[in-house]
Amino acid sequence: MKLISRFRRHRLAGPVLVVAALFTVGTAFGVASALPSSQQVYASGTSTLVSQGKEIFLRGCSSCHGLHAEGGSIAPSLIGVGSAAVDFQVGTGRMPMADMSQQAMQKKPLYDPAETAALAAYVASLAPGPSAVTNESLTYERDGNSALGGQLFRTNCAMCHNFAGQGGALTNGKYAPSLMGVEPKYIYEAMVTGPQSMPKFTDATITPQEKLSIIKWLQEADHEKNLGGTSLGRVGPVTEGLLGWVLGLGLLIGAAVWLAMKAK
Amino acid sequence: MTNNSHDVERFQDPGLPAHVHRNADVDPKAEKRAERQVSILFFLSVLGTLLTIGSYVGIKSDKFVYLPIMGETNLQQLLLGLGLTATTLFIGLGAIQWAKKLMPDQEIVAERHEFRSAESDREDLVATFREGAASSGIGRRKLIKFSLASALGLVGLTPILLLRDAGPLPHEELDTTDWRAGTRLLLDPAGTPIKASDLEVGAVAQVLPELPVGTERTLENTGKDAVLLIRLRPEDFNLDAERLSWTHEGIIAFSKICTHMGCAVALYEQQTHHLLCPCHQSTFDVTRAAKVIFGPAARPLPQLAIDVNADGYLVAKQPFTVPIGPSFWERNSSNG
Repeated sequence: MKLISRFRRHRLAGPVLVVAALFTVGTAFGVASALPSSQQVYASGTSTLVSQGKEIFLRGCSSCHGLHAEGGSIAPSLIGVGSAAVDFQVGTGRMPMADMSQQAMQKKPLYDPAETAALAAYVASLAPGPSAVTNESLTYERDGNSALGGQLFRTNCAMCHNFAGQGGALTNGKYAPSLMGVEPKYIYEAMVTGPQSMPKFTDATITPQEKLSIIKWLQEADHEKNLGGTSLGRVGPVTEGLLGWVLGLGLLIGAAVWLAMKAK
Repeated sequence: MTNNSHDVERFQDPGLPAHVHRNADVDPKAEKRAERQVSILFFLSVLGTLLTIGSYVGIKSDKFVYLPIMGETNLQQLLLGLGLTATTLFIGLGAIQWAKKLMPDQEIVAERHEFRSAESDREDLVATFREGAASSGIGRRKLIKFSLASALGLVGLTPILLLRDAGPLPHEELDTTDWRAGTRLLLDPAGTPIKASDLEVGAVAQVLPELPVGTERTLENTGKDAVLLIRLRPEDFNLDAERLSWTHEGIIAFSKICTHMGCAVALYEQQTHHLLCPCHQSTFDVTRAAKVIFGPAARPLPQLAIDVNADGYLVAKQPFTVPIGPSFWERNSSNG
């Protein structure tokens, strides 16, 4: 007590107290916000996948999407979106959203594959919708035609995702993400469900076979080697022009200076 | 003389600075060194040629190597590029080094002279011309004079005629498309007709008109005919009665050709119902008949009236009512 009363009026007492308080609050918040994911241990066998999913939904999703997935002012209804939408949104970490920004961003998934499957089963049980797929079920290597896939991609996808699948900007800070390194099943599910700004591409307008072709073309574009080494982002003349002007003109200016310099 | 303000010190022509000799001019060792430098540069060009030939002949074209910053790079392409660069660049560098270090460096002053030729030269020229004209007899021989004049004059006609190759006049081509009343909507590129039930709410489809049997679809056709189909909830529309009658169960069709510069407008944001042109960011509101809400486009995208035929396939109800795409000189803007 003597120690405290001695330092109470020290000029560093205020700042030290603030730092200590911030540290305590921060740690407590971190622990508290980490709790939900560490508590997700299920008694298997007794409950079905759907009821497991409902449990996760009520805890993790219902504050925005409503207790019965009916949607709210800040989040859409999930009735009829199907397991494909859940597998895409939760599996890529886009849902649950970290913050209410322009667009849900891809991040480390919060739920593991088993929990995602349970959530998907619950949402699929609400109303029929597109079903989730697995990478193994997409036989694009065997059934896809990459030439056709490229044609379909340029007609339907390239305006937003760039002609080489590198992604691009939309309005008000929204963007179409790059498709490089995206798992085939997520590409397929995005086409079927139309996540966020993206429109849907139904099986009637782009058949499942054609979707496999698009995936095959994207995989080949992803693994295609660049003869010249660096790809410069594959966004076309902007980066190429920038490099040409900065590096090329820089060299020319250097050469001009050297030419005009009197020799010693 | 009075010492007034006009009598300041006059500016003196400083003349040329004293000539400073280069090291190579005064020091034989430096001269030898410069000579070596120049020949090394030329020799590097020789190595460049050898490198080019060697990599062309000796390296497999599918061999890739990893380089820092560059990543996986094709070895043959890399070495060909470096070799060709060295071949030409080092000849140039050698020549410049040679000129700068070893070639004579004394400054030479070339005084300007009057542009006008000397009076005698001018008189000589006129006399020569008169003499030539007189001896050719062009003043007397009227027939030769006129035939030569017509021959020279007609030479100019051919290049003017060749301007015809700048292309046939577009005539009605810019005002019309292949969409007629009853034309079926075919999916691009599959070429299959489409039903209303094929599109869910939030779905889009790129379509082209079905052409009469035996007609080849050309790139010009596609460039004019491309149409984007979008399905929304019917209650999301904010259209007048006529435009609403041009939609079918929430499906609305617009020309894909931007009214600004003719890019393909197809960035559809299904949550905001905005349609965005990738070239200059013109933004169209689908719920209000593609009204321009941002960007340089001056007119909304032309809407195609659609309906279903007896077989349930989507068809055009009528041709476009306005010319599609960007403005052109003779565009008929009476309908907007």
